Amino acid sequence: MRYSIWSLINQALTGNRNWTPVWREPEPKSHYDIVIVGGGGHGLATAFYLASRYGMKNIAVLEKGWIGSGNIGRNTTIVRSNYLLDGNEPFYEQSLQLWEGLEQDINYNAMMSQRGIINLYHSDAQRDSYVRRGNAMRLHGADAELLNQDQLRSLCPFFDYENARFPIMGGLLQKRAGTARHDAVAWGYARAADQRGVDIIQNCDVTDFRIKDGVCTGVETNKGAIRAGKIGVAVAGSTSRVMAKAGLRLPIESHVLQAFVTEGLKPVIPGVITFGAGHFYISQSDKGGLVFGGDIDGYNSYAQRGNLPVFEDVCEGGMAIMPMIGRARMLRNWGGIMDMSMDGSPIIDKTPIDQLYLNAGWCYGGFKATPASGLCFAHLLARDEPHKVATKLRLDRFRRGAMLDERGAGAQPNLH
Amino acid sequence: MIINHPHLGPRNASEFTILGDASLINRPDWQASDAGDAFYDYQYLRDNPAGLHRELWFHEQGDRSWLVVTRDTVTHAVIAVALASDIAKAAKAKTAQKSAPKKVAPKKTAAKKANPKKTPAKKAAAKRNAT
Repeated sequence: MRYSIWSLINQALTGNRNWTPVWREPEPKSHYDIVIVGGGGHGLATAFYLASRYGMKNIAVLEKGWIGSGNIGRNTTIVRSNYLLDGNEPFYEQSLQLWEGLEQDINYNAMMSQRGIINLYHSDAQRDSYVRRGNAMRLHGADAELLNQDQLRSLCPFFDYENARFPIMGGLLQKRAGTARHDAVAWGYARAADQRGVDIIQNCDVTDFRIKDGVCTGVETNKGAIRAGKIGVAVAGSTSRVMAKAGLRLPIESHVLQAFVTEGLKPVIPGVITFGAGHFYISQSDKGGLVFGGDIDGYNSYAQRGNLPVFEDVCEGGMAIMPMIGRARMLRNWGGIMDMSMDGSPIIDKTPIDQLYLNAGWCYGGFKATPASGLCFAHLLARDEPHKVATKLRLDRFRRGAMLDERGAGAQPNLH
Repeated sequence: MIINHPHLGPRNASEFTILGDASLINRPDWQASDAGDAFYDYQYLRDNPAGLHRELWFHEQGDRSWLVVTRDTVTHAVIAVALASDIAKAAKAKTAQKSAPKKVAPKKTAAKKANPKKTPAKKAAAKRNAT
C-alpha cells in the first residue's frame, strides 16, 4: 500500500480497518544472493539501496531481535554533516542529501526536520577552529555559517552568555542539519525494502559463518543454515562478537552511551545545540521533551545502561550553557552500545575473508550516517569497490597509518 | 561501579580513569623481526569480549597507581582487582623462568648485565605513561 493523503483520508473514513501490515514476516529461504546480518538502520538501508538503486534481487536481512530494537531506536535523532576531514565530510554530506529526499524515496514520514545545529564556541581559538571547519564543510558543498554573539542572541536569547568559566562568544550554524524520527527511519526503510522483495527475518540469530578456503559461503542461524553469495555484516555494538565467529579481531571496542529525556515542555529550543567546552548536545522533540546526551561512559560495556557520574557530567554541561533547563524533570534515560573504532571514524570495507563484508565503527555518530552508510555498503556489495565518498573508510587504514581522526585523540576509542 | 583497591579498599570508579584492555601491558619487542605486525596488533586490535574483561585503570584522584581490573562488561560487576605492577612483575618472572633453563650456567653474568639495562628504561616508560 502506498501512503498518501488519499490513503489517509480513505482509511479515516472507513474506520482504519483496512491498513495492511507494514512488512511481511517470511520464513528464511535456504539461499540468497546477498545476506545482510543486522536489521538496524544501516542494515535495512543497505538492503533498500541494494534493491532500489543497484537492482539486486534475492536479498535477506537477518535480525537477532526485532526491527527498531537496537541503536536505531535509542539515539538522539540528530542529523548533520559538520565534519572536518576529507575522508569524512563528503560521506556525511552525501548522507545529509539523502536525508533531504528520504521521505520521498521510501514513501514514509520520517519527520525529517531541518531545524539547524549550532556548535557554540567559547574562546577566540575555538572560533578560529570553527572557521576552519566551516570552510572545510563549504569546500565539500555543505552549508556553514559563523554566528557572532549578537546574531546568536537573536536566535537563542536563553543562553548564559556571561558564564564566568565558559562565556558563549558565538557559534557555527549548519541550517540544513536537524532531527528525524528515529523509529520511523527504521520502519520506513524496512517497509520500503520489503516492498522491493527483501526478506526481513526477525528473531534470527546468526550463530556462525560458513567459511571454506577463505571464502564465506553462508551463515548458520537459529532458523537453520542460509547459503549466500555475499554476506554483509552491519551489527554496530555487536561487531566484535559477531566477527569473532569468523575469526577476525577488529580495531573496535564496545562502549555505552547514555541519552536522556525530560518531561514535555513548550517549545523552547529552536534547533540542535552543542556545548563547545564540554560534551553536551540537546534538541527538543516534537512531543516537547528535551532530548540530550554527552560523553560515553568510557569503559567497555555491552550492558545498554550506564552509570551516574556521566549523568551528572552531562547535566552540568547543560546547566553551563542554559540554566533555564535546571528545573525540568528528567523522565527517562537509557544506554546504547557503540562500536567505537580506534580513530573515531567508520569502516565500510571488504574483510580478509572473501565474500564477507563489514560495516562498523560508527562510534556514536551512526544515526546521521544511516542513508549514506546504506548506500555505500550497498555499492560495495553490488560492485565490489568502494563508493566514491567512502574510499577512505577502509579496514586496513590503521595498518597503513591513514587514520581519519577528527578529534586527534589517537588510538584511544574511549576518547573519540 | 566500586573498585576494590588492593591498598585503599573500595573506591568509586569516578576517581579512576580507564586506559583500556590489560593487554596494553605486554608491549611487543621493537627489535623482533615481526615488530610491525606485533605493534599493529598491540596498538589497534582488541578482543572486546562480552563478559569478563581485564582492563587497566589509573587511580588519578587517589594514589595514582595503575590497576588491572577484571570486570564483566555485560553486568559491570567488578570481579577482581590487582596492582598492574604486580602483574607485570609476575609476567616478567614467568618469561624469565621459561627462558632460564635454556641458558647454560656461564651466562649468569650476561643475564645480570642485561637486567639493569632493561629496568631503568621501563621505569622511565612507566613514568611517561603516568604523567
